[in-house]
Amino acid sequence: MGLELFNTFILLLLVVTALAALRVRDLITAAAVFGVYSFLMCLLWAEMGAVDVAFTEATVGAGISTVVLVATIFNLRRKSND
Amino acid sequence: MKWISLIPVVAVGALLLFAATDFPEWGDPKSPASQSPVSSHFINNTGVDTEVPNMVTAVLADYRGFDTMFETVVVFIAGIAVLAILKGSGRRRRGPRTTYKVEAEPDLIVTNTVRLVVPVIQLFAFYVLAHGHVSPGGGFQGGVVMGASFILIALAWDLDHALVRMSLPRCIAIAAAGIIIYAGIGFLSMFLGGEFLDYAELERVLPVSREMARYHAMLGVEIGVGFTVTSIMFALYANLSSEGRLKGGL
Amino acid sequence: MFEDGAIINELLIERLNYFIYVVLLLIGLHAMISKRNLIKKLIGMSIFQTSIILFYVSIAVKDEATIPIYKAEHDPHGAASKAAALELNSTDEAKPLYAPAELQPEETQQYANPLPHVLMLTAIVVGVATFGLALALCLRIQQGYGTVEEDELLVKIERSDARYSQSPLAKAINPRRRPARTSRKPRTASKATRVSQKSASSPKSTGATQTKKSAPKTKATQARKKPAPATRKPAVKKSSVRKPANKTTSPKKKGAE
Repeated sequence: MGLELFNTFILLLLVVTALAALRVRDLITAAAVFGVYSFLMCLLWAEMGAVDVAFTEATVGAGISTVVLVATIFNLRRKSND
Repeated sequence: MKWISLIPVVAVGALLLFAATDFPEWGDPKSPASQSPVSSHFINNTGVDTEVPNMVTAVLADYRGFDTMFETVVVFIAGIAVLAILKGSGRRRRGPRTTYKVEAEPDLIVTNTVRLVVPVIQLFAFYVLAHGHVSPGGGFQGGVVMGASFILIALAWDLDHALVRMSLPRCIAIAAAGIIIYAGIGFLSMFLGGEFLDYAELERVLPVSREMARYHAMLGVEIGVGFTVTSIMFALYANLSSEGRLKGGL
Repeated sequence: MFEDGAIINELLIERLNYFIYVVLLLIGLHAMISKRNLIKKLIGMSIFQTSIILFYVSIAVKDEATIPIYKAEHDPHGAASKAAALELNSTDEAKPLYAPAELQPEETQQYANPLPHVLMLTAIVVGVATFGLALALCLRIQQGYGTVEEDELLVKIERSDARYSQSPLAKAINPRRRPARTSRKPRTASKATRVSQKSASSPKSTGATQTKKSAPKTKATQARKKPAPATRKPAVKKSSVRKPANKTTSPKKKGAE
């Protein structure tokens, strides 16, 4: 029962962060929230028993993907119109 | 446009939800994915065939090694393509300059901390790579952690500091060397009489049994993957942060 | 269809996790279609990909199952295997020093299904490679057009298309080609101007092709031929494409001539 509650809570948080990453106007904030989304995915998979996938998502999704996104936004305009 | 685009999205959602009622229950051991003979074969026979405790690494590097080889090639091609798109393009700049430059000196605390921490990170990356047989880890994870250590050097000082240690020609050479190692082990198995990537045939050159030959060949293959992934992750960062010029940047 | 809300009950309570996977997928898909900023589109693409990976990994879960790494009693190099193998080897010397224990079929229920994990490892890595490449393309677009907003990009691409169709290169590639019109110009230009433009440009273009084919392709002759298109340009420019000629293309034309 506790595990189901945990799963449901993390899934709802995933939806919230996905919506937030797309709604904020500042692109660097969007990159940071996208990193939070990746970490929540990693947590969910670690709880499900997929430890290799969680490790890969933690390094690749929350590590490389976020850093590379910030490095690109550094060269663009930081504020988006929508 | 935003309200019109909701129509196909909601239609796709309705179709998917209509199909979602047929999915198995959460965690059902009798679900078709878990009952398939392929996964039962993998769970039962990984220890017997390869003596590797981590089933995911064994399936990734041995039973589905052909898949992993082309995945490494995909990562390599992505790195080369980023290089081709961005190299030599930073000089033509049309439009107003809307970005901001970072003019700060490297901070004392950050540089000294990074100086202490980066060797530990790289050692941890080697550990993750080598211990992937027994614990979660393997080639990709270790390679990405290693690439991230170079990105950390680039972030603490400037990009030139990291490029001195890992220049772009060296990155491409290491990436290519990784794929050559992977394919080389496969071809070596083929020359020794087996099929391509049939690691058990390596017992003719190594003084171990057939199962341990697969064990050690999996380590060699993961090292190849680690080479490619680490160099391409750093090359990706270096090109994207400096717009292909490799000067300045984050 | 909604008898007693049975479907709603089934979707939202028993299969809530699949419902949320579909919601995440739709968020990603809607972002890719409707957002105007290219970086937001890419974030939507990544959300889409991770939701699919989440779905796959979640069908590998088994109740009361542990991670797909052998436990101590099944470990091929563990103490239990060695003890079991020593018992076996007491009678038979041809076997190796120790052999890994064979797993009984009913014990496979203890381990999570490793196959979707493997497939999704590949999917994550390919996803990050795609993401990096897409970001490189965004950067290149920013360098070329100065913006990554889709509506501004569309205007600039149309203008540069119109500008390109007036250039000597486009005419050399296809001499009989009708120049592109911008979207601002009303489609119903009077037939008289269109007919006159056609008759004005076609003998000159045929003359240009004949002279270009007959003359040897040396640099001197091409240099001599250059003023000829320049004299023809004002006639075509004024009649067909008005707006870019006024605003952005006139300084460029002066530079080319």
